[in-house]
This record gives sequence, C-alpha cells and structure tokens, in this order.
Amino acid sequence: MTSAPREDIDAHTGTATTGHEWDGIRELNTPLPKWWLYILYATIVWAIGYIIVYPAIPLISNHTPGILGWSSRAAVTDELMQLKQQRAPMTLALDKASFAEIAKDDRLRTFALAQGRAAFGDNCAACHGAGGGGAISYPNLNDDDWIWGGSLEAIQQTILYGVRSTHADTRVGAMPAFGQTGILNASEIDQLANHVRAIGGLPTEKTYDKALGDKIFGENCAACHGDAGKGKIELGAPNLSDKIWLFGSDKASIVQTLVRGRGSMMPAWTERLDGATIKALALYVHALGGGEPSP
Amino acid sequence: MSLWQKHQIFEKNSIFLLIGVLVVISIGGLVEVLPLFYLKSTIEKVEVMRPYTPLELAGRNIYVREGCYNCHSQMIRSLRDEVERYGHYSLAAESMYDKPFQWGSKRNGPDLARVGAKYSDEWHKQHLDDPRSIVPGSIMPSYPWLAKTEVAVNDIQQDMAVLVFQGQPYSPEMINNAARDLVTQATNDAPDADGLTQRYPKAQARKFSGSAGPVNEADALIAYLQMLGTLVDFKIYDGKVNLR
Repeated sequence: MTSAPREDIDAHTGTATTGHEWDGIRELNTPLPKWWLYILYATIVWAIGYIIVYPAIPLISNHTPGILGWSSRAAVTDELMQLKQQRAPMTLALDKASFAEIAKDDRLRTFALAQGRAAFGDNCAACHGAGGGGAISYPNLNDDDWIWGGSLEAIQQTILYGVRSTHADTRVGAMPAFGQTGILNASEIDQLANHVRAIGGLPTEKTYDKALGDKIFGENCAACHGDAGKGKIELGAPNLSDKIWLFGSDKASIVQTLVRGRGSMMPAWTERLDGATIKALALYVHALGGGEPSP
Repeated sequence: MSLWQKHQIFEKNSIFLLIGVLVVISIGGLVEVLPLFYLKSTIEKVEVMRPYTPLELAGRNIYVREGCYNCHSQMIRSLRDEVERYGHYSLAAESMYDKPFQWGSKRNGPDLARVGAKYSDEWHKQHLDDPRSIVPGSIMPSYPWLAKTEVAVNDIQQDMAVLVFQGQPYSPEMINNAARDLVTQATNDAPDADGLTQRYPKAQARKFSGSAGPVNEADALIAYLQMLGTLVDFKIYDGKVNLR
C-alpha cells in the first residue's frame, strides 16, 4: 500500500507484493474487488442511517428512540388493531346474531365456520383431535352422542365455562368412586361391570347374574344414568346403551371407572377467547356431524 | 513506524492476534448485552410476578433436566401470527425469575409461554406418559418415568438458597417452609393451602398428576406447566407505557 517501504512487483501477475517473504515466497497484495469494497461502504452508510431512524444506542436510562419512533410492540399492536377492524363487521355481526339468525345468513355462517376451524386447531385439537375424533377420556365430537348436550346453546355453554373447571359457572357432575369409597364391594363391582356391558350389548361373563346386576344398577346408577342406562344430559351422565365408550368398554376399564370414579376436566375458555370466537367454535363443533337442533 | 507496519505485530504473533480478536468481539458483546442490565426499561413493571413456588421450581428443574427447551420455546414474539395463536406477546418481566431463562430457540413443539390452564391436568399427565395416546401425529418422546419418580423434597430448600444467592427474593419464611409448601401444593384440599397462597399469590394447590402416593415428578412438572404465563393479569396491564 502507500506506506509500504518498497514496491515489489510480482513478475508473473504484475501485482504488488506485501513485502513479506518466507523462504523466498512472497505474499501478493491483491487489492479487494471494487464491487465488494463499494458494497462494504454502502452497508456502513446504511448502518448509520439505521441508527438514526430506528432505536439503537443505549444511553443512561433508556436508548435512542430513532426518528421514526418505531417499536416492535407498537407495530404488532397496530397490526392486530387493523386485523380487528378488518374483521370487525363480521365479528360484531357474529357476536350479536342469535344462532337462528346465523343459520339463515350463509355469509356469516361461512365466516364463523372458518374462524371456528382455525380456533379449534389452536385450542381444542390437543385433546379432541385435529378432526374432533377425540381419544380415550376426550369425547369424540363427530358423533351424535352428547354428554352435556349437542345443541348450539349447550355446546356454547360447555366451551364458555368448561366441565369441572375452575370457573364458577362450570358444568359439574362426577362419577363417584364406588370402590374406593367402599359403597360397593369387589364382587358387586364385578357384577355391575358385567351389567354395564350387557346394557351396551356386549358379551358378559358366566358369573354374571342379571337380576343381581339389575338390582345394583337400580340402587346405585339409575339416579344419574337412568333405569335403562340411557344417560341424563342435565347431569352429564353418559348414555351406556350405545356403542360409544368414553373410557373404554373392556371389563377392566369399566371396573376401573367403578372403583376410582371418573371426572375428566374441560377448561373454561371464556377468559382466554372472546365471545365471537367461542360462538364460532360452537358452530364449528355443531357442524362436525352430530349437532342437534336447539331446544 | 507506520500503522501498516504495526499491523504486522498481529500477523506475526498469534497470541496478540488472539487477544486482539477477543477485545474486538467483547466490545460488540458488551455494548449489546451490558445495557440490558442497567436500563430500567428492560423489565416492565407488572403486578404479581413472583418467584416460583417450591413445587413449580422442582418442576422447572425437571423441565430443564429433560431438555424440554430443545423443542419448546417460551417466548411469544411480538408478531401477529404468534399473538393470534398463543396470546399476548411475552414480557421480559415474565421471565425475570428464570435463571437460566427458557426462551428456547427451536419449535419442534408449540410455544409453552402461555400453556398454563389451557389443558387439563389429566391431559398433561397422559400426554407426558404417552403423547401419541392423545395426539396421534405427535413426535414428542414419552416421559413415563416422571409419574413413577418421587421428587427429592428435601433438596428444594438448597435450590432456593442458591437462587437467593443469585438475587431472587425468597424470604427466610419461604425457605424455612420450602419442603412443607412443596408437599402442600401437591395435595388436594391441603390444610395449609392458605399459607402457601399467602407466600406465593395465585399458587394453585392440588394433586396435579392425579395419582395417589408421595409427590412425584409429574406433579411438579404439571404444576410448573399449569402456571406458565398465568401470573401477569393482562386485563390491567398497560401495554402503552411499555412499548419497546
């Protein structure tokens, strides 16, 4: 470079050397390509501009705000506000409309189902499955077997306040632990498990005594599940006579249910989701397949 | 001697080059990191952030031990899609008692910053035991040993003492009651639940794993998961004074 003591020109390339020499080998001082150098200078200029425009230098109690006054939090708040305004006409309409009105308004219904589908994926799919198919102890939402009611209003209430949740308006109802509390002994539970399988149309064991099973069921179970085991929606007592089993239909699972009781919890969503989203969810779940007419 | 020739000192002595590299990189690091320790604007002022309860702390230790942070972040960025999916963006204040923080940098699984109260305890228990029994397409490993492993109740007091040394505001009362609070929080209808919530506002006490017997690691981990992102009340939080 300019201050180099002597200018050695390499004979082969015509380029100056740095003047370093190791065992007769000299280091070429090839200049940086001009395009590369100018891009480097341009990025430095860009950085100075960036420092002026955006938040950058830390000071004593805060940082330089930049002349744009930009902040990532304000930006996302604005963006969400815009989104809200963009959706506002439909969201407000959805919030206000009754389920009967929504049923008549195709545009509103389509909007609600689309929003419900997205919200279902984010919030409900973890338990009820991506398609609402459920799992052991998480009800299948595609069938027409409803524990707490399958009308739009009933579904909406279940989503709002949950089941056995921490919310004051939650749906409550518990399957008692007949075994653990000592209400029934082991042989009675054995009979009862067979009886429950018989109600559901499943094969029973040879030891099963129908008269005895009937008696135990009538004394302990019929109050909630009904005499014929058809269940009672208002108590959240499932129908035992169909082929849909929330906690499993094999005898061991039923014995487990009778001995320990059941009481799986669905969270209340009223704190986490807004009213329109919950309505959209109710419409979506209702439309999955088994929705029942409003009372 | 010209500057150009002084440069040769670095080129010819590797130890000087090494020191030079360290100095240059530290300047960059110090300018970016140090101000965060003294700037008052780093941590927002919020209501009811509190240190972890002993049980939550034990759960957090398990979370770290099992490497949950390798696949789960705890950082909802201020981006529209994240806020729409996970809820309010994370505040610095919400991880003020996290040492080390669990922000993570990879999302093989979903963000967990606000997973608290989103699912039921049974769901977490079953999901930790065997994720695919509820979510068929899940790639999360199973952690069946958690519910079978007792929590080392008596270690928690020392853990808290170390955190006090690091500057966390555990009072002597909290530390003295540590082991008892841990058991209390993992008990249904515990008689001393009031004392627990007095020391740790918003602490929830119940047998989280649902299984009988002494406090197990699933109890602790679920207690930790169920409180994540639930402490700050966003109904009264003023986002406008904390724009960044």
